Amino acid sequence: MSKVPSDLKYTRTHEWLRTLPDGTVEVGITDHAQHSLGDLVFVEVPEAGRTVSAGEPFAVVESVKAASDVYAPLSGEVTEGNGALAGAPETLNTDPYGAGWLARLRPAGALPALLSPAEYEKLTAEEGD
Amino acid sequence: MARRTPLFALHQSAGARIVDFGGWDMPLQYGSLLAEHHAVRRAAGVFDVSHMCVVDLQGEGVRPFLEKIFANDVGKLTTPGKALYGCLLNERGGVIDDLIVYYLGEQWFRVVVNAGTRDKDLAWIRRHAEPYGITVRERTDLAMLAVQGPEARARVAGLLSPALAERALSLGAFFGSEIGRWFVARTGYTGEDGFEVMVPAEEAEALWRSLLAAGVVPCGLGARDTLRLEAGMNLYGSDMDETTNPLESGLAWTVAMSTPRAFIGREALEAARARGLEAKLVGLVLEERGVLRAHQRVLAPGIGEGQITSGTFSPTLERSIALARIPIAAPDQVQVEVRGKRLAARVVKPPFVRHGKSLVG
Repeated sequence: MSKVPSDLKYTRTHEWLRTLPDGTVEVGITDHAQHSLGDLVFVEVPEAGRTVSAGEPFAVVESVKAASDVYAPLSGEVTEGNGALAGAPETLNTDPYGAGWLARLRPAGALPALLSPAEYEKLTAEEGD
Repeated sequence: MARRTPLFALHQSAGARIVDFGGWDMPLQYGSLLAEHHAVRRAAGVFDVSHMCVVDLQGEGVRPFLEKIFANDVGKLTTPGKALYGCLLNERGGVIDDLIVYYLGEQWFRVVVNAGTRDKDLAWIRRHAEPYGITVRERTDLAMLAVQGPEARARVAGLLSPALAERALSLGAFFGSEIGRWFVARTGYTGEDGFEVMVPAEEAEALWRSLLAAGVVPCGLGARDTLRLEAGMNLYGSDMDETTNPLESGLAWTVAMSTPRAFIGREALEAARARGLEAKLVGLVLEERGVLRAHQRVLAPGIGEGQITSGTFSPTLERSIALARIPIAAPDQVQVEVRGKRLAARVVKPPFVRHGKSLVG
């Protein structure tokens, strides 16, 4: 069973969001996502200053077998991409909710509708672990 | 309904991720694909390859039959047990399949063909076998395990009586032999030493369990693909098929044209050669960050473009590698279009890795 921390929000496309004290939002991929993808070997994160729209591909994670887009869960401006992942993509497998964060964004407006931990857990249970 | 090997239940209970491969439910990986890959490069891993199709060809006409349908020359097979790799070609010189032929006796050759092509291969073989009066027997009673890695042969031998173990360990490269109730061949698809072991289907589970108990790591098709690509070995359906000829698929070494033998496809290959070959299958090493994947465009500015046929992240080299079909005049530096960017790649001659060591610098 994959981990779904209770203090985060989630999307149907397996991203998580954490609101930081300064109002920016940290984004990553869930434990369920990293487990489905398998060993990650390449990560491309967005650069600071880039403006993204909700639903737009804004990062790429690649396992040995396949490349997957990560979608921006909100519209806003990237304040920081996690550059440390370039040299250590396996961090996404070992610590998806911590050191494996992909980017921090400043929301352009109110956050879109997101899934609660319970709702996300239900979604992954339906998809199979 | 997908087909399943005698070990399917075991794979499932081991928690393997199951995928469809050529109409078969097969394990992609049991845990970490990278760990499975490294186990084969550094120690020993075992693959269930029972989906591959073993066919025994028997009768007086077997050798002339194979001279006709096999693009490599079975005249090279003079010592019993010796194996030979090559292709079945159609009249246009396209590759119907690649296979291994074992010479077991003057009236008994065994071929092993791919799972995804088994039906068309069997139809092709049966159709052409008729005038030669040979029997074509699919050995669905056998399971096949590939045990690969620097420690693989010792692990297999450890399961045998001393006398049989000695016989197994004395097999030369690309030789196979009946050893007890097993057929053991020193062949594989990983670039490492090892055995492929054919056993009666009902004994496969016991053999699998014994190998795991001896420390051999179960490996899925995911690692099988990264290992074969590092070893520079083609995958049928990706790197060549019925629309490509072996000369443009890095397989010229498997086509024996120095003798006048009239094999199917020969005329088309001679015509292609006379016209001038247009493409070559090469290895690529990505010189920037990213991952090469099948179907990405390969650009040789001023000359033309080609396509990646197989690409992956190489766990041994920790960078991306690929096989690509590119214009024959392409230089040693090319660009690959990876997710909208043009990245620099170097053309190399495969293999990329052999016996655990990098060959590409």
